[in-house]
Amino acid sequence: MQTRREMLARSAKVAGLLAAAGFLPMSALAAWPQAAFDAKNMAEAVKALGGTGAPTESKDVTITGPDIAENGAVVPVGVATSLPGVKRLLLLVEKNPSVLAAVFDVTDSIEPNLNTRVKMGQSSNVFAVAMMNDGKVLYASKEIKVTLGGCGG
Amino acid sequence: MADPMRIRAQAAGDKVTVRVLMSHEMETGQRKDSAGKVIPAWFIQEVTATHNGKPVLVAEWGPSVSKNPFLQFVIKGGKAGDKVAVTWTDNKGDKRTDEATVS
Repeated sequence: MQTRREMLARSAKVAGLLAAAGFLPMSALAAWPQAAFDAKNMAEAVKALGGTGAPTESKDVTITGPDIAENGAVVPVGVATSLPGVKRLLLLVEKNPSVLAAVFDVTDSIEPNLNTRVKMGQSSNVFAVAMMNDGKVLYASKEIKVTLGGCGG
Repeated sequence: MADPMRIRAQAAGDKVTVRVLMSHEMETGQRKDSAGKVIPAWFIQEVTATHNGKPVLVAEWGPSVSKNPFLQFVIKGGKAGDKVAVTWTDNKGDKRTDEATVS
């Protein structure tokens, strides 16, 4: 026979264990920058990642991608820069529910040139942002038109 | 356990181009199933890459990276025979590591 008190204590324990093991959503990785992914624009995302300077447009940062993406669920994009001393490269899609798509912490053994694929809900600007070691924040943008959105069901 | 990643690492000069194809649903948490319930978010949050055991790249991803994510990067100072390993961790705490030899 179980009393109500015992049962409550037990379920609290189970919830604690689940949280500890990382089964509860969003608590799996403490290091994952939740605030940055909640940001609604580029400046907020950069700030959440420890950037101090205001983002400025730069020709030394490049973003590659199609002009028109037929399928918004798979849009190949690349971020690159020719400048040395890059700390982080960010990939942002302006009109997605979560603006920040990906953050890459680059080291000296990596060329600051990365390619991946992102989802886009609708036609929008895509930003490549380079956060430099000296605190500068540089970006490049490109408009990608989407004929079929990738965020809906 | 998730399906294995496909990793291709090719040396050209002293640079190694690594292409990784991960197998993951990357559910955004925005979609609804046929009963109208929201499908909970399930996506890769962190990807780390090592070159001969030395960490070279850490990436944090959001749910807007495509399903079955693709990642390409270039390692400086690599050569054929080197080992490249990639690990991902998703928001449910699942992990997978795969290793490839540079050709």
